[in-house]
Amino acid sequence: MSEPLYSIGIDLGTTHCALAYVDIAASDGEQTLCAVLDIPQLTDPGTVEPSALLPSFLYLPHAEELTEGDLDLPWSRAQDYAVGEFARARGALTPIRLVSSAKSWLCHAGVDRRAAILPNDAPPEVARVSPLDASTRYLEHLRQAWDDAHPQAPFAEQDITVTIPASFDPAARELTLDAARAAGYGALTLLEEPQAALYHWIQASAGRWRKDVQPGDIILVIDVGGGTSDFSLIAVLEREGNLELHRVAVGDHILLGGDNMDLALAHGVARKLAADGKQLDPWQMRALTYACRVAKENLLTDAALEVQPMVVPSRGSKLVGGSLRTELTQAEVRTTILEGFFPEVGASARPATRTRGGLTQLGLPYAQDAGVTRHLAALLGRQVGATSELEGFAGRVDTDASFLHPTAVLFNGGVFKSEVLAQRTLATLNHWLGAEGANPARMLAGADLDLAVARGAAYYGYVRRGQGVRIRGGTARAYYVAIESSMPAVPGIEPPVQALCVAPFGMEEGTEADLQMQEFGLVVGTPVHLRFFGSSVRRQDQIGTLLDFWQADEVQELGEIHANLPAEGRQPGDVVQVRLRATATETGTLELTAMAIDSDEHWKVEFDVRSQDSHRE
Amino acid sequence: MPLSTHTPEFRPPKPPAPSFFSRLAIALRAFFRILADADYAARVDGLRLGAGLEPPPAAPPATAPTPVPAVNYNDAALQLLALLQRDARLIDFTQEDVTRYSDADIGGAARVVHEGCRKVLREHFSIVPVRQEAEGSRIILNDGFDARAIRLTGNVVGKAPFQGSLSHRGWRAIEVRLPTFAESHDVTVLAQAEVEL
Repeated sequence: MSEPLYSIGIDLGTTHCALAYVDIAASDGEQTLCAVLDIPQLTDPGTVEPSALLPSFLYLPHAEELTEGDLDLPWSRAQDYAVGEFARARGALTPIRLVSSAKSWLCHAGVDRRAAILPNDAPPEVARVSPLDASTRYLEHLRQAWDDAHPQAPFAEQDITVTIPASFDPAARELTLDAARAAGYGALTLLEEPQAALYHWIQASAGRWRKDVQPGDIILVIDVGGGTSDFSLIAVLEREGNLELHRVAVGDHILLGGDNMDLALAHGVARKLAADGKQLDPWQMRALTYACRVAKENLLTDAALEVQPMVVPSRGSKLVGGSLRTELTQAEVRTTILEGFFPEVGASARPATRTRGGLTQLGLPYAQDAGVTRHLAALLGRQVGATSELEGFAGRVDTDASFLHPTAVLFNGGVFKSEVLAQRTLATLNHWLGAEGANPARMLAGADLDLAVARGAAYYGYVRRGQGVRIRGGTARAYYVAIESSMPAVPGIEPPVQALCVAPFGMEEGTEADLQMQEFGLVVGTPVHLRFFGSSVRRQDQIGTLLDFWQADEVQELGEIHANLPAEGRQPGDVVQVRLRATATETGTLELTAMAIDSDEHWKVEFDVRSQDSHRE
Repeated sequence: MPLSTHTPEFRPPKPPAPSFFSRLAIALRAFFRILADADYAARVDGLRLGAGLEPPPAAPPATAPTPVPAVNYNDAALQLLALLQRDARLIDFTQEDVTRYSDADIGGAARVVHEGCRKVLREHFSIVPVRQEAEGSRIILNDGFDARAIRLTGNVVGKAPFQGSLSHRGWRAIEVRLPTFAESHDVTVLAQAEVEL
């Protein structure tokens, strides 16, 4: 492989994808030449238009629905599906053939993510695809768009970085990697989106960032995109005279974003119209949602504006006679968006959770509490001790603090195009800080809210080559497997489990850790299932640490993992003694390997277990 | 490195004197007449619209020196109409008899048309003023000024340099970005009929 000419960053988003690139040879130090690829995509049948954003939607058309050539792309005439703008527009009218939010399904441990399950409400005649397949198709489209535009610099020979939510668990990270490989990506690196946003901020400052932050700063990155909210905390250290950035904590995976906000407004307006006897069909509902987004921006930007008129166009050709006129008021926006999604709560507020009913719906686990600020309070409260062990922070940490005190905030994601929402979030945070006598946090300015992640990822690929500052921190969780404790059985009580740490917090890329003390007996030909846990707060646990009990909010159960010894060369039923090895790969994934004690053999432990066999027979 | 990797389907010749909106009106009138009047259509087809006009000076050089395909102006006009219908419902709006509706109803629909037209112009054209000066300011036109881009009105006498007040800044399209379409695509379908199953 020849030396890459470009560092390519890919934002594989829940609602949009984007591709940015840095010209490596034309960049020097912190002065980089970065651009965004306009992605050709179908916008109508047989019509291709370029756009900086590729909507993450996949449409699976009926054989009679389109004519030959309608799905052709500049580089392909054989495709029987559409991704991008046309998929989104057509899918809104025929949702049974539309795959959306594939990324959220990719990190939904309750389903088999390699099985053809999407669209999940499709009738039997629609050939479904897996969440992995859908992601593969978006990534493939981006690769082909690049190759079409840059025949002299093939995608496979460039330096590729794909972004993922900081909250992705090891299974979702591995699935993203698999999707990229299936899409024809060679070597690539995974980068957490909030880090990518911060890299973009560093890049955009062209060196000035060193004046904007000081050692001791704790930067809170708040990334609220179309479908998800993602938080990260990054501390600024000084080591040997240089500023260093350490990502010290990440938030949980929260399925809550800008689309929920626009939908909430649209449903409110639809109720008003329904009260007047006007019913909206799904097509009009979509038009109304779009109109609400525009009206919301206007009302939030100008508080003096009392009301914004909106028109829901008619579906038929009678535009004047058939359109519905309605309006969105300042009060409605304030109640729904500010109080509903960004309430001014106290620092001790926590998101409401309902225990899910016995009949779990096979849908996405959307956030049950819409309050972004409540999710934020929960994260900061949980991570109050995140910096106490960090070099240079020992004397600075206020031991009376009830939550971790950020000193600066970087906003990212389309939601914060409404400056009012960024201001509200910052004001709420500063109110919490003020109540504990801390200085208010300041906003780091200059973010490109839609494209920062792709641009930051391209920049990261460039700094990895040795130019510029890198964010350190390693894995943001410690991982455990469940061991059944050897207590005498008590009838009617489930035997208690212990959690054995197999990968400590903060493992840096390219390191590995062997679990020496605990051996497992793997039965040849029979998969071994282990319950798998993660903790984003237990920084002190070393590999081999055995937990007898823990707080409910301290350790979360992730999907099961399994190890399977193929029967080749052995007798089924034989038992092989193994040890576990955890590896934080350069790519950005975690790998668990079962190492045989008596030989050199080893087997990969799989994270994404098929949901059907998660209940042992 | 090009900041945009997108190669527009064609770059238009330097626009003649009519503004973009007058041209749009001309295109619309011509379009309906072409459909209705076969002789007229034949005459339009025979016109060599782009002959002799030089490319706009402000346009950046094309990224690849590939020969520009001959532009079918009928196709491009139909494509623009389809876009104006899709995003602005312009054909629906102009084909509807509005005499029996109130101004409020028409005004509501006009929002859709206005917002959609803006979107089409923003996404598919780069439009800049011909003159950068503020309207109402005095400007001097030296000998050899471009009479295709600047129209002299009023007391037109004497020789250059001319002094006058700028009453309209003019508009110039410096880039056209119409979508590409498949060979089999029927551009005469401006909006598909929709059937809900």
